[in-house]
Amino acid sequence: MNTTTATTTTGATTAVAAISARGLRKSFGRKTVLDGIDLTVPQGTILALLGPNGAGKTTAVHLLTTYLRPDAGEIRIAGQDPARNPQAVRRAIGVTGQFSAIDGYLTGRENLMLMADLHLLPKAVGRRRAEELLERFELTEAGGKPASTYSGGMKRKLDLAMTLVGNPKVIFLDEPTTGLDPRSRHTMWDIIRGLVAEGTTILLTTQYLDEADQLAHRVAVLDGGRIVAEGTPAELKSRIPGGHIELAFADRAELDAAALLLAPTGRDDDALTLQLAGDGRVSTLRTLLRQLDDASVEVESLTVHTPDLDDVFFALTGKKGA
Amino acid sequence: MSTTTMSDTGLDTADTRTHALVHARIMLRRNLRHMQRYPSLTLMVTLMPLVFLLLFVYVFGGTLGSGLGSGMPAGLHGGRAAYADYVAPAIILMAVTAAAQGTAIAVAQDMTEGIIARFRTMAVARSSVLTGHVVGATVQTLIGVVVVTAAALAVGFRPHANAAEWLAAAGVVLLLTFAVTWLCVGLGLSAKSVETASNSPMFLILLPFLGSGFVPTSSLPTGIRWFAEYEPFTPVNETLRGLLTGTKIGDNLIITIAWCVGVAVLSYAWSRRLYEREPKAL
Repeated sequence: MNTTTATTTTGATTAVAAISARGLRKSFGRKTVLDGIDLTVPQGTILALLGPNGAGKTTAVHLLTTYLRPDAGEIRIAGQDPARNPQAVRRAIGVTGQFSAIDGYLTGRENLMLMADLHLLPKAVGRRRAEELLERFELTEAGGKPASTYSGGMKRKLDLAMTLVGNPKVIFLDEPTTGLDPRSRHTMWDIIRGLVAEGTTILLTTQYLDEADQLAHRVAVLDGGRIVAEGTPAELKSRIPGGHIELAFADRAELDAAALLLAPTGRDDDALTLQLAGDGRVSTLRTLLRQLDDASVEVESLTVHTPDLDDVFFALTGKKGA
Repeated sequence: MSTTTMSDTGLDTADTRTHALVHARIMLRRNLRHMQRYPSLTLMVTLMPLVFLLLFVYVFGGTLGSGLGSGMPAGLHGGRAAYADYVAPAIILMAVTAAAQGTAIAVAQDMTEGIIARFRTMAVARSSVLTGHVVGATVQTLIGVVVVTAAALAVGFRPHANAAEWLAAAGVVLLLTFAVTWLCVGLGLSAKSVETASNSPMFLILLPFLGSGFVPTSSLPTGIRWFAEYEPFTPVNETLRGLLTGTKIGDNLIITIAWCVGVAVLSYAWSRRLYEREPKAL
């Protein structure tokens, strides 16, 4: 459908990553939000930008999508430089921001048609595309109702559907599942996986570690305006050997006794639990249990955690993940 | 590589120029649909001048009409009917300023919508959002003006304008609409909240009262009279009154055009700058 525009914009730039940024900086007043970040996203892959609130995730998306201008740094999106040719970048991308970018006064169908019109699609093509997207996102029934009456999950879906009207090659999703119930979250994940299967490049931000783990080919951990780690989820996880062991106790006295006996890496007085470093070996576990037995400390339950991105996140940023 | 970029840039500007009109039309349709679907704002800004019309003709009209007195052109002496003729042009101006206040609210409201942020990351002509608002507001204003003029005729306004004079009057209204609409687009864009946007154009509602709209300036105390004779609504009002009821226009038409064009050009430049500035980080 859009093949003519596609060849003219990508013809000369096939070797280039779909998204690349070097030395990206942005300050608001005296507050430095991004302190020189580098990112590369190869075509047809997902990069998750992982970080706590205030890490600079949204600002990074704003800079990459021409919404804001960087103070310093080089950006190429689909081979185009947003500083020199923002409109060419805008033609190649689709953006779903953190706050629903829909027109609440218009119906779902009208919102999609508005996008189709702005992309200058012929009326019939636009109408077909709108119906297609409504169906794909299970919004056909709600298509005639004003978008302001939609639930949070429906708004998110409509928002993403609007982003897809123009068949963008590069998509930015800023916390696409924040505030969604588990079911809508999984629907959203399926949609995102489907897009990548079609060859779309996606940069998504998230504060959910399992989301990055589930979706992303590569994860970049953003903290305090810097990328503190980057790699595949497996690579990041391999940096933390062993994971941890969690012990739960029946009461405070047992918890205290165990805490004195062992060298816990964390404790939670409300949940009555202790965390211990573990290397995944049975002998370590056996020693631990013997120690507790010898001291007559009653353990309610024991859980062995293999490392997940939560551990990685904690180890890298010194902060607890979401 | 560099040649590709060059030709892309060339294509880009040409694209933007031809698409600006198409995009503006799409945005206009969006604004008109908002008005049509949620008519309360349109209704409010149309009702206000209607209430003032009825108030000034039926409540104050008898007394004010008798007070028009000497110094007024022939045919405008005394009574409620005479006052209806005197006040009608001012009420028409009020329909324009009231609608402009609605525009400031609508623009401020729209800027809080997430979809405006979306437009910024789409290949949409930047100017089209504002153009859509201005043309939409003009349509809304003209509807208001027609309603108010019809109501004025119903309560005793008897203009004796010929077709050319009606056309000229419509032109003056259009020019004024254009000027105050761009001004209110700027006020709407600069407002930090919708409440501010609804309050800041208040002076536009007040200014006609401090001019020749409701009483002859000759009846005002010196200080206010001086202000009334130089404020922009007086020449606009005098031009409109002249065209519709045959009073003397003099150089008021030229002054009207100068004011309107001046305000429109400055407000346009101001609005564009406000809209193009880097948005606040969310």
